[in-house]
Amino acid sequence: MTRWLTLVTFLPLVGVAVLLVGRGLPPRAARWVALAVSLATFVVSLGMLGRFDPAVADFQMVEEAWWVRSIGLRYLLGVDGVSLWMVVLTTFLVPIAVLASWNVEDRPRLFMACLLALETGMVGSFLALDLLLFFLFFEAILFPMYLVIGVWGSERRIYAAVKFFLFTMFGSAFLLVAILVLHARSGALPGGPTFDIRAMAELDLPIATARLLFLAFLVAFAVKVPLFPLHTWLPDAHTEAPTAGSVILAAILLKVGAYGLIRFNLGLFPEASRAFAGPVVALALVGIVYGGVVAIVQRDLKRLVAYSSVSHLGFVVLGTFVFTGPALAGGVLQMVNHGLSTGALFLLVGMIYERTHTRDLARMGGLWSTAPLLVGAFLFVALSSIGLPGLNNFVGEFLVILGAVGRSPVVGAVAASGVVLAAVYLLWAFQRMATGPTPPEHRGYPDLSLREWLVLAPVLAAILAIGVYPKVVLDRIEPTTRRVLSGVGATPVVVPTAPLAVVEEEP
Amino acid sequence: MRVELAPIAPELLLVGAAILVLLGGVLPRRPDPLAHLAISLAGVAGAATASVLLWSRGGAAALGGMVAVDRFGVVARLLLLGVAALALVLAHHTLARDGELRPEVPALVLFATAGMTLLAVAADLVTAFVALEVLSLSLYVLTGSSRRLASIEGAMKYFLLGAFSTAFFLYGVAMAYGATGTTSLGGIARALAGRTETPVIALVAMALLAVWFGFKVSAAPFHMWTPDAYQGAPTAVTAFMSAGTKVAAFAALLRVLDVALQPLGWDWAPVVAALAAVSVVVGSVLAIAQTDVKRMLAYSSVAHAGFVLIGVTAPGAPGIDAALFYLLAYALMIVGAFGVVALVSQGERGTSLEDYAGLYRRSPALAGLLSVFLLSLAGVPPTAGFIAKVSVFRAAVEAGYGWLALVGVLASVAAAFFYIRLMVFLYMREPTGDREPDPAPLPRLVLAIPAVGTLLLGVLPGLVTDVLGKAAVLRW
Repeated sequence: MTRWLTLVTFLPLVGVAVLLVGRGLPPRAARWVALAVSLATFVVSLGMLGRFDPAVADFQMVEEAWWVRSIGLRYLLGVDGVSLWMVVLTTFLVPIAVLASWNVEDRPRLFMACLLALETGMVGSFLALDLLLFFLFFEAILFPMYLVIGVWGSERRIYAAVKFFLFTMFGSAFLLVAILVLHARSGALPGGPTFDIRAMAELDLPIATARLLFLAFLVAFAVKVPLFPLHTWLPDAHTEAPTAGSVILAAILLKVGAYGLIRFNLGLFPEASRAFAGPVVALALVGIVYGGVVAIVQRDLKRLVAYSSVSHLGFVVLGTFVFTGPALAGGVLQMVNHGLSTGALFLLVGMIYERTHTRDLARMGGLWSTAPLLVGAFLFVALSSIGLPGLNNFVGEFLVILGAVGRSPVVGAVAASGVVLAAVYLLWAFQRMATGPTPPEHRGYPDLSLREWLVLAPVLAAILAIGVYPKVVLDRIEPTTRRVLSGVGATPVVVPTAPLAVVEEEP
Repeated sequence: MRVELAPIAPELLLVGAAILVLLGGVLPRRPDPLAHLAISLAGVAGAATASVLLWSRGGAAALGGMVAVDRFGVVARLLLLGVAALALVLAHHTLARDGELRPEVPALVLFATAGMTLLAVAADLVTAFVALEVLSLSLYVLTGSSRRLASIEGAMKYFLLGAFSTAFFLYGVAMAYGATGTTSLGGIARALAGRTETPVIALVAMALLAVWFGFKVSAAPFHMWTPDAYQGAPTAVTAFMSAGTKVAAFAALLRVLDVALQPLGWDWAPVVAALAAVSVVVGSVLAIAQTDVKRMLAYSSVAHAGFVLIGVTAPGAPGIDAALFYLLAYALMIVGAFGVVALVSQGERGTSLEDYAGLYRRSPALAGLLSVFLLSLAGVPPTAGFIAKVSVFRAAVEAGYGWLALVGVLASVAAAFFYIRLMVFLYMREPTGDREPDPAPLPRLVLAIPAVGTLLLGVLPGLVTDVLGKAAVLRW
């Protein structure tokens, strides 16, 4: 029996070991090692995807072993429809991030090692079914990301790196205590004290305790997502990080937070989830509108994309907490979509910056005539991010809004305004950057190189593929989201129409 | 009556080696420092062997109830001996480099180690007092063993406050005797367990002893001497005393609380919790303000004393288990961290944060080692510090001290800030000045031992948890 999950989690660590030990390794070789290892990990994750049974709603390919008996820590991995796509998204984007950082000249060995270490931390977070194991991976992400921002970032990198570190540590402080309290309470279970989330879901907690614990988990994940008003680290971290760092932060790290909300907040505290759904939905709506409005006024292109993440992640949280089938499935799909679209946007911003050496929109212009393919790719991704039908974001956002309208038309209407705002900030940014006369200093840039094509093409293809045929993804998400929703036990609502055959609301 | 010496064989071997080293410094015409190091290490190795041999011997106490013979003692001793071995090698190298190596140094380290191991197995408050004096007097001298003014200042502060706290200890012993008519830990417990009402005088004894322990483990608000002594002492000595004193004093504290004062558990647990909360907060907050690496680590050691105390609030085996693991992890990482400092800051100069700028460029190996120790001190996985923190917080939560765990976790976030700030200097700043770190390969290899231990215990803590679990039972 192949241990797919262990393999996909720890294969990148092999690369880390090679890169850290191989002191004489020339920079070229370091890049190739990182690329080879991350591609191999992607292939393994495809193997996992192939073995995944879409009909099963519960965890699959579970691997179980004792790790530290004395503190009750078990090595417990499993995959379901939610984590499956997060893992595949991670393994898909890491080789791209490696390829996008081909020009990193400063300590490339350490840089590549950090990217691969991040991959293990992120994949492990998505696959861990033991709460303490999850926390371990969750924390292990911190340090490599901190280095990536702090060492290879732009001018204010140290400020951004420390802010990122402290915000996340602050959130996870509550998480750790909550996990330990849950563990102490789990002594009442037939199997004795455990960190196993499958067993913990059966735990019958007093309402007040469960609500407190829910809030502790919420703070930890809301920092990561980020949910308004805990988002202030994000624009700094995204803007200052190097391209690969921004891609990984936006595309994957934020999803660890969103994933945590679905997996742990909904899964472990159904009553508290219902009780706090109203305020959380309100914060998500504020995030959608606030992120969009603030993105409009940004002059720094990278900061603009960063704020757009706040807005887009609002949709994910909204989808999670309105408790309707389409909304939750759409929220999960939106996690993948945002990863692809925003990841691509950061890649493109990086490529533009490498040419213009500025991120200031006011000093750009007329790029369309100098680098038409680059700008064309930007427009394509921007349209996907706005939610153009036929591209990926449309499907996810539509499902979320549809599900939200079923719960409350007002919520749906406010959320829909986020789509309008996205059109404003992205198209306006596009206009300022691409059209108009070309300033003399911005003439004569090369268009996309072969390497840049290799970086962009897979992402663009995935954006189009999900937009045209989301069924492949949704088919695997839906059984799980249905299971999660029935666990939450919210009153079902009838969603007006089911435009996609795969989206069915139970009566 | 036949006197059996096996239970104190480790201490006898250490003292014997110390006397040999002293003689070796006087008798031969040309004293050979390397021979002194060899004798010292042989003494430590012999003591370790003698300790291991005691593992399977049961029984409560030997030598007329003065010395405990249990697995807890064996583990504590081995931990202390490991610290001593690392410190001896480090001290030999760095002091020889700085021209301050004298035969007294290894001898005093051995005497202090003997005091520490004896304190860890003291089954009677009188034994504890003797051990304490052996350990303290040696450490006062070691702190002041450098010619620098800071070293002498640190030793003076350490000595004055130490002498003061010793008075508290003696007064506490007297009160305990007054309350129970005995100074044996088991005897005190039996006397207290028989009462329906706790005598006030026993509570006074508990409070006085708590002050002394607070001083020795440098828990706030009894930590005032720590930064000066740690900064002033030669760095290798700092490495030794920061780890050694803490382990020995906590071993004694666990014995006193979980044996002698076990019947008063309801009374001491809140006191320990309060000390723990104050320590983690004060240590972490004050460390943020430091610009000197040694002072920063000194304040962080105040916070770490608090973290161990968080584990101690859980009475009985769970608390002892968690505290032991924390002490093990702490010993590894603090010896390692001060060890790197000893190599980077040659001649005790250049211990400010600025002097660590760009260390990664000058010596990736030292920067890597220091990163492992700092991450472990900050409690980031996959290091021993993470598992250690989880263990103590878990013990506290299960003992009903959820609020204390929350305080501890929040303090560790504040603490993460200054560890991370040092790492900013290591990796993200360009080197300033032209001071190069010590290039010698041997001490780096020695420091690789705690680094590997820190990572290994972070990934596979199961390697030691069985042993610690067996050692976590204190009988009387």
